[in-house]
Amino acid sequence: MRRMLLEGLFRRPVTEGSPTVSDAEVEALAERLGVSAKARLGRSLSIREVDAGSCNGCELEIHALNNSYYDVERFGLRFVASPRHADVLMVTGPVTANMREGLERTYAATPAPKWVVAVGDCAAGCGVFGRSYAVIGAVSDVIPVDLVIPGCPPEPIDMLKGLIGLMEASARS
Amino acid sequence: MSTLRTALLNAALTIEEQRPWPRITVDADTWRQATLAIAAGNATLSGIWAEPGAVHMALLDDEDGALMVLTLATPDGRFPSVGLTHPPAQRLERAIVDLYGFVADGMPDDRRWLDHDRWGVRAPLGAAATVPADGSAYAFLKAEGPPLHQIAVGPVHAGIIEPGHFRFSANGEIIVRLEERLGYVHKGIEELLTDTTLEAAAKVVARVSGDSTVAYSLAFARAAEAALGVGVPQRAIWLRALMAELERLANHLGDIGAICNDAAFALMLAHCGMLREEVLRAAKAAFGHRLMMDRIVPGGVTADLHDSGSIKMLTAHIRQRFPRLVELYDNTASLQNRTVSTGRLSAGLARRFGAGGPIGRASGRTFDARKAPGYAPYGDLDFKLASRSAGDVDARIWVRIDEVYESLELIEQIVDRLPPGPIAYPLAPALRERRVPQAGGLANEPRDGATEGLALIEGFRGDVLVWLRTDETGRVLRGMVRDPSAFQWSLLEAAIEGNIVADFPICNKSFNCSYSGHDL
Repeated sequence: MRRMLLEGLFRRPVTEGSPTVSDAEVEALAERLGVSAKARLGRSLSIREVDAGSCNGCELEIHALNNSYYDVERFGLRFVASPRHADVLMVTGPVTANMREGLERTYAATPAPKWVVAVGDCAAGCGVFGRSYAVIGAVSDVIPVDLVIPGCPPEPIDMLKGLIGLMEASARS
Repeated sequence: MSTLRTALLNAALTIEEQRPWPRITVDADTWRQATLAIAAGNATLSGIWAEPGAVHMALLDDEDGALMVLTLATPDGRFPSVGLTHPPAQRLERAIVDLYGFVADGMPDDRRWLDHDRWGVRAPLGAAATVPADGSAYAFLKAEGPPLHQIAVGPVHAGIIEPGHFRFSANGEIIVRLEERLGYVHKGIEELLTDTTLEAAAKVVARVSGDSTVAYSLAFARAAEAALGVGVPQRAIWLRALMAELERLANHLGDIGAICNDAAFALMLAHCGMLREEVLRAAKAAFGHRLMMDRIVPGGVTADLHDSGSIKMLTAHIRQRFPRLVELYDNTASLQNRTVSTGRLSAGLARRFGAGGPIGRASGRTFDARKAPGYAPYGDLDFKLASRSAGDVDARIWVRIDEVYESLELIEQIVDRLPPGPIAYPLAPALRERRVPQAGGLANEPRDGATEGLALIEGFRGDVLVWLRTDETGRVLRGMVRDPSAFQWSLLEAAIEGNIVADFPICNKSFNCSYSGHDL
């Protein structure tokens, strides 16, 4: 173990460079959010992930955000264990009838100001599942959504870009 | 099981058009006898599902991997419960009752399973009666006594994972009983696989469980090809296996790291996580998608491998880095202290529940669908079947470690021997040709109406079963998917008994069952 840790000190990091989010994108996002949370949150966001019915593909890629290649924590983005500690809910999946209350209660448990990011095509518009007896609809049919990151599943770099944009926008507005 | 198979075939009322294994309709007596034979261990229950007017049960021969499907007509909506004598069938039966409104006579557990009273409809695939969607309380099994207390967890968990509810009854730190309540991510997949196009059904099946998307697409494609009687080019067969092994490699690497992380050993997660990411990047470079979603379709594959160099570099890199991680795992006493003898699953239960994948193989059930029934190209490839007998978290890690090496071996063999040629046969002309009567009508006799296909594929988690009924135009009339988790979830309840609450995450991760694949 000691050898691995030592090597880690001297090897070049594998971490990706910071993805660039253009000023225009941040402006647009800030306008859409229309919030004034800068003083309270600064340049850091705590994220709570909620699977409201996904196939677990999105979860795999959200997990990847924590690996050494993407390393979200260097941007002040942190996944937390409770909605009560969170600023952002990242919600995946079409919202199933059986998960609707779980999602609503998680949202209610998150202190304001808060943002909801709908991750993936299912969260954005039910994906291939559509509305049925078991599927209520997209995330925005159940709770207000501030940002949509499309993809099936979205790649980690796209999610990183979206989250950094959200952070910049919330700090600016 | 071969004598059982003969007996069942002799007792069959009719034999249906299903490939490559037969489906027979039987009477209630034969159904009961088959149930007793399964309970006695003469065959493994591989699935039980329904459609309006009938229930189906798939029996698996552990030795040669041959399947047989039994069908019982249910004109009055009743069938003799399989779960009564063979507990692994219970949750699948409860799901049938919820979805179709059937009565399973003698069913020992009549609580609703997938139906949480949230759908606004009762028996959505049966009578579909409108009911209020106001939710219902679930009567958890009791564990009573002065020192016992309950811990309720979920459905929203503390990590980045899928939703489900766990109810622990504990005596101090010791878990006396764990009971799962699942069904939160039920998306109505059986309804989506009813009367739809092949393309739409393929997309849905690829999203039954995202981590096994390649295995599901492969199972769907093989079931569809069997039903429709269409062929696949050699190169596509080999590319499918390449994708399947990349998926297995990525998931096993992720799991090994994540299990160790649940013992607070983050270094393994960091290193395994990097290797997993490298596999996904190589998959993206080779096939255009990190998880290789929708790359396998009936008739072939949609992406060709143009440059095998990056795959070879990947395997060489993992071969260089991974042995040191294995050494680290093997030599860290504090980590072994958490994994060895924790969450032990007995060989008897693993066999009885037909536990697939590393869970079964870590408890001595040496079943792997790539070996038996086996499917191309694995018969031409050289690989060993990993197995352990201890049945604890440590054994499940070692099986995954061994399988990482076997997958590397397979990937290298496949890349070296990849045959040239087309990567897909277009389906439409093949189907048209099928419908044209041939001179003489024997060699390529057109079939009227429905044909059925069945496929058993080894995903990283275990054997995935897909059954399809198609019409002569290639339209999907009905479909069924069965995830290995359907049987594995119950085993987690057994394995955790007598362990401490703090060891639940590591046991759970060592099983790594799919919620979405179970809930459907």
